[in-house]
Amino acid sequence: MTQVLINAPKTAKKGEVIELKALILHVMETGFRPGTNGRIIPRNIIERFTASWNGAEIFRMDFSPAIAANPFVSFFAVASESGKISFRWTGDEGFAVEESVAIDVA
Amino acid sequence: MPGTKEGTTRRTFIVGAALVSVLPLASARATPEAMAAAIKEVVGDNAIREGRVTLDLPPLIENGNAVPLTVSVEGPMSEADHIKAIHVFNEKNPQPHVFDARLGPRNGKAVIGTRIKLGDSQKIVAIAETNKGEFFSASADVIVTLAACLEDLT
Repeated sequence: MTQVLINAPKTAKKGEVIELKALILHVMETGFRPGTNGRIIPRNIIERFTASWNGAEIFRMDFSPAIAANPFVSFFAVASESGKISFRWTGDEGFAVEESVAIDVA
Repeated sequence: MPGTKEGTTRRTFIVGAALVSVLPLASARATPEAMAAAIKEVVGDNAIREGRVTLDLPPLIENGNAVPLTVSVEGPMSEADHIKAIHVFNEKNPQPHVFDARLGPRNGKAVIGTRIKLGDSQKIVAIAETNKGEFFSASADVIVTLAACLEDLT
């Protein structure tokens, strides 16, 4: 089961710079650690995080295994128009999760 | 002599075992050189200047599994002049890359926060790239008392 936590304001003034925070539950297994049987645990990470505002990409981040488990990202965005902010995570083993929040820009 | 053959095999085995055990160790670590190579891949032959970038992370880290890190870059985020990308590198984790972020004028300000893993006490470098192709950097030295990636906690 995937769990996502998003922290974003519900309303903003037009042109205001707002902070967006996103956290997702994921092991971020590096592929460098041996497990209890002595074999290397295969890599399983999220490779890319993207954020879009009404469908237009505003932020993108490529992860490496050096990103901690349960990746957390915070960044800023200019409140341009009312609508939907979508967050998308994709990675190894076909991992793909998308979550959206609504925002009211006045 | 009956002992000769056995001795040779044992010696070969020991040399072989030593090679096998040394090789993966040597290749499974990023080095300052590997970091420099990874940075060169991003920056090319352009000059990297100090300043504008602030790299914020605790100087003493008790647990390398989740280290809070913030990169902030001063300056405008307009269509004509903005920060296009922020790259973070390390010198002693298994790989030199930490993350590559792409941003633009729609971000309003170039500030990114995340949490990273650190396998050892080392130097972290953040590089910001402007849309005009300039590069600015900042670095931080950290001491890690409990390294990440040592054991499977599950």
